[in-house]
Amino acid sequence: MDEFTRRAALKSGAGVLGAAAFTRALAPLTEWVPTLSKDEFLQKHYRELSREDMDKILRHIESKTKKLYGADVHVQDVRPQRDMEFGYALNLSICIGCRRCAQACHKENNHDRPTGNSYIRVLEMTQGSMSLAKSDVDYDHDVPAEGHFYMPVQCQQCGNPPCVKVCPVEATFKDGDGIIVVDYDWCIGCRYCEAACPYHARRFNWSAPQIPAEDINPNQAYLSNRIRPQGVMEKCTFCLHRTRKGRLPACLEACPTGARVFGNLKDEHSDIRWVLENKRVFVLKEDVGTLPSFFYFFDK
Amino acid sequence: MITVPLLGLLLNLACDTGYTDASRQFAEPLASRGDFPTEIHEPTDFGILKTPIVDDEGKEKLPAGAACETCHGPEPDPDLYTPPPADENYHTQVEIKHGKLTCYQCHDRDRTKLHLADGTQIEFVDVIALCAQCHGPQYRNYIHDAHGGLNGYWDTSQGAKIRNNCVDCHVPHAPAFKKATPVFRPRDRYLKGRD
Ligand code: HEC
Ligand code: HEC
Ligand code: HEC
Ligand code: HEC
Repeated sequence: MDEFTRRAALKSGAGVLGAAAFTRALAPLTEWVPTLSKDEFLQKHYRELSREDMDKILRHIESKTKKLYGADVHVQDVRPQRDMEFGYALNLSICIGCRRCAQACHKENNHDRPTGNSYIRVLEMTQGSMSLAKSDVDYDHDVPAEGHFYMPVQCQQCGNPPCVKVCPVEATFKDGDGIIVVDYDWCIGCRYCEAACPYHARRFNWSAPQIPAEDINPNQAYLSNRIRPQGVMEKCTFCLHRTRKGRLPACLEACPTGARVFGNLKDEHSDIRWVLENKRVFVLKEDVGTLPSFFYFFDK
Repeated sequence: MITVPLLGLLLNLACDTGYTDASRQFAEPLASRGDFPTEIHEPTDFGILKTPIVDDEGKEKLPAGAACETCHGPEPDPDLYTPPPADENYHTQVEIKHGKLTCYQCHDRDRTKLHLADGTQIEFVDVIALCAQCHGPQYRNYIHDAHGGLNGYWDTSQGAKIRNNCVDCHVPHAPAFKKATPVFRPRDRYLKGRD
């Protein structure tokens, strides 16, 4: 308990986010455990960190990954570009439900191997119905099957994100290019956000991810695919470690059917804008008012 | 000591306030590395036989792998090139499941080339022009990267977009997209309870 008060005192001095930190200190789940180093326990909120702080943290994560996983990785703090808002669209006439996107996500984002975790779930839908409740995710036959279409669902990077609103400690927030991120070092694992998400797009790390060293994707970012600690939430970030540097998301590149379109919504010449202007697109669960940046459309 | 209601107010404010180090809010603009034109993946096996040639008894005369030039070049191999009677199809194993198209709607009399509807000869590598003349809507989607998939960069100041070729996904003679066996069956604990 001593640690708590000291931490709260340290944080409340640091201005507005200090207050958030203060709530965190009050949060019942935050507890100092022996595997947590003193520096980690005292680490500030993502937005409070100076560049020097961040650099130290990144190097620390790298050496920790080396120690725990035996892998040499490069972790960066990849920040958004100005005048950028990412959008994603998926052509449901083209998708055949092969799940290669989910597999690519699993590898790209250093997901736990034993549970086969992925930020993408592919729903087998019945033709003529948009009921997610009646969909199947566990199908195991050649695709596309007669009478069905397939709908991959991942984080919709909402303009009005319920997950962000319910976070009691501001560990999850909407970043400058519209991507909703999680500061894994700040997350207390209360899972409110998981419950709040209408798209079931958030995942919880029940255990520390297990990944053989040779399978680890070494190109990592603090806010995206670095290996998450146990007990924190995680979610799709549109592969921000790739997309913020101009590359395409891993799920798009892996799609063998070409069903996915990605780009900058603020650039009127982008592919994504062409789709929004020329196809009849819709968003999932429009009625809940989440304002997704993820769109679906049919060709025919 | 901060009281709880005030704390709530501060938290709301916190959503709007930026970074302690303001320079961390956005990245430095990415330096342009050039203006990369879109590339199109080029199959390497054009002009190579994929359907074996068989004799009247159905015995394989020539396996897959031979170049069209072996028989259709300027100096055909006399042992191999024996034109059949006029109206007979030589490549008997080639089966067209593509509307009601016939060989010469795509192939040229010079067998090492294709041609467009107006007779313009094109090389095999330019096959997209052939597909495009009959499949306008898909081609229009394709040039906006909304059909056919993409690799590489969405930001062409950082690197090129690489499009697939129509024939990477559609075999010209039977272009229906093949069924697939799904990979990566989920085994997490969230299989039930969606709404
Ligand atoms: C073993 C020799 C041989 C090879 C190799 C060969 N062809 Fe032919 N092909 C023939 C003969 C013989 C004919 C019939 C005479 C003619 O039309 O020139 C023919 C005819 C054709 C025809 C007209 C339709 C038909 O069946 O009569 C097309 C189109 C054609 N070939 C395309 C190709 C292409 C493309 C390749 C390479 C991928 C190729 N051929 C390789 C021997 C060959
Ligand atoms: C829709 C246009 C189209 C039609 C119709 C068509 N072809 Fe082709 N064919 C192509 C293209 C394009 C290629 C090159 C693709 C490749 O090499 O993979 C090709 C390749 C070939 C080849 C070499 C590949 C193989 O399968 O061995 C042969 C032989 C051939 N065509 C014969 C024929 C014959 C004979 C017919 C008529 C019965 C015919 N084609 C009809 C477009 C067409
Ligand atoms: C001369 C016109 C013509 C050309 C050239 C042509 N197609 Fe077609 N294509 C057709 C017609 C006609 C159909 C049948 C439409 C139908 O059955 O409704 C068709 C059907 C298709 C289909 C749907 C097949 C199915 O079974 O669902 C695909 C895919 C396709 N073409 C791709 C291509 C590609 C790739 C090329 C270039 C190699 C090409 N086409 C060249 C006329 C053409
Ligand atoms: C990445 C793979 C890919 C590439 C590359 C690709 N397509 Fe397709 N195409 C598909 C898939 C998947 C479908 C949908 C198949 C289905 O309906 O099951 C499709 C459907 C089609 C259809 C049939 C549409 C219909 O309504 O039945 C046509 C025609 C077609 N494509 C033409 C083209 C042409 C022309 C090109 C090149 C400019 C091209 N495709 C490139 C994957 C591809």
